[in-house]
Amino acid sequence: MRFTPDHEYVNVSGDVATIGISDHAQRQLGDVVYVELPEIGTKFDKGAAAAVVESVKAASDVFSPVGGEVVAVNDAVTSETSLINDDAQGRGWLFKLKLSDPGEVEALMDAETYADFLKTLD
Amino acid sequence: MSDADARTPLYALHVELGARMAPFAGYAMPIQYPSGILAEHSSTRTRAGLFDVSHMGQAWLDGPDHETVARALEALCPADIVGLAPGRQRYTQFLNPQGGTIDDLMVFRPRDADGRLGLIVNASRKGIDYAHLRKNLPSGVKLTIRDEAALISLQGPLAAATLARLAPGSGVESWAFMSVGPLTIGGFACEASRSGYTGEDGYEISLPSSEAEAFARLLLRQDGVAPVGLGARDTLRLEAGLCLYGHELDESTDPIEAGLAWSVPKRRREGGGFPGAARVQAALAGDLKRRRVGVRLEGRAPARDGAEILDASGTKIGVVTSGGFGPGVGAPIAMGYVPPEFAKVGAAVGLVARGKTLPARVAALPFHPHAYHRG
Repeated sequence: MRFTPDHEYVNVSGDVATIGISDHAQRQLGDVVYVELPEIGTKFDKGAAAAVVESVKAASDVFSPVGGEVVAVNDAVTSETSLINDDAQGRGWLFKLKLSDPGEVEALMDAETYADFLKTLD
Repeated sequence: MSDADARTPLYALHVELGARMAPFAGYAMPIQYPSGILAEHSSTRTRAGLFDVSHMGQAWLDGPDHETVARALEALCPADIVGLAPGRQRYTQFLNPQGGTIDDLMVFRPRDADGRLGLIVNASRKGIDYAHLRKNLPSGVKLTIRDEAALISLQGPLAAATLARLAPGSGVESWAFMSVGPLTIGGFACEASRSGYTGEDGYEISLPSSEAEAFARLLLRQDGVAPVGLGARDTLRLEAGLCLYGHELDESTDPIEAGLAWSVPKRRREGGGFPGAARVQAALAGDLKRRRVGVRLEGRAPARDGAEILDASGTKIGVVTSGGFGPGVGAPIAMGYVPPEFAKVGAAVGLVARGKTLPARVAALPFHPHAYHRG
């Protein structure tokens, strides 16, 4: 699993990346009450605003950490938004992309680097 | 959060309870505890929530007798203060000469202190309020800022039984809404009112700052009492349709368009004698450019304060002043201002959030029915 400084994660299997917000991000946001997911077939460049996660307090854009085409979305989180709080990096995933450039994943932080990065934020 | 943020007497307790602290009106305040805003909201609606509201401004006005002090305050606000009975509290507003709202506040008359009125004002406005009072009070009426007093609110259906158990024989459970009086709660000498900012039955309890933490710990040990932060305080008051200064109220908003005509009694409507009386009287006679309304969104996406309100043709007709998810309603809700012709329950409007127009309808306030103890 790889992470961005904006607290998205990417989990790659073959040429498909599963994307969501990190456990740290869900804790910062608090109770999630609304999720807006992209449509299947949408193409995103790396860094494009791809989804919205809103908590009671605030709305947060989810930027696509890598470029690609949306091949699946997690409809479960739009009806059961608490999945993101309960299991952000598992059942609370948001969408899957078919990678346009697998090399983009390598540029992201690995789990250890991300954990160190989080320590610099406090 | 900066070191400049003031701390309430419960700061250490909030941190110990794992609160996420954030600056609010110059104070480091608990936004939420580990259970989260939804759980805190729910515990207040179904059991009891304990809120630290010590950041709010508490002050005394003292003069030779009730009539003198009440008349001095009536010169600044449109409420009936002269007629305020001992042991009763009232909601009112400080108005500017244009009828705009300098602040909204609670005024109470202690049971046994003739010539004294208590004020509770918003944290974000207390400096302005106190300067306004000092400038405008007659020489015989003295303002004393109660910096040494904490304010703790206990709200929810278990609040009355909890205090009755800790203050046996006091009759606190039978106090009517907006009653005030001295209470000894678990050995702590307090001044309490049956009021709050959640729409629930509850009490606001003032006591010396030095005793606040021990008192809060005593309340938190009672069955069903949980700490609640400012996040849930905001969702609770939004569902209850209550105004928040800086959102629904500001120096350009008069109390009539804000839907607060109930707080301006007949004698003051007819007699005037308060700042902005001409505008208030004109607004009461129907000269209104806008009205505060509730709005219920049809989808799941919330609209936040600042969102534009559109009519069916897409023309901007107003602005959302508070908006978010209503946990008890189970849907996004908002309040805002629209021209009177749109201020009808069921009127179709659109709220612009994140570049999209979300379908919504004007809705009756409150979104969640009040559960005040009318006695």
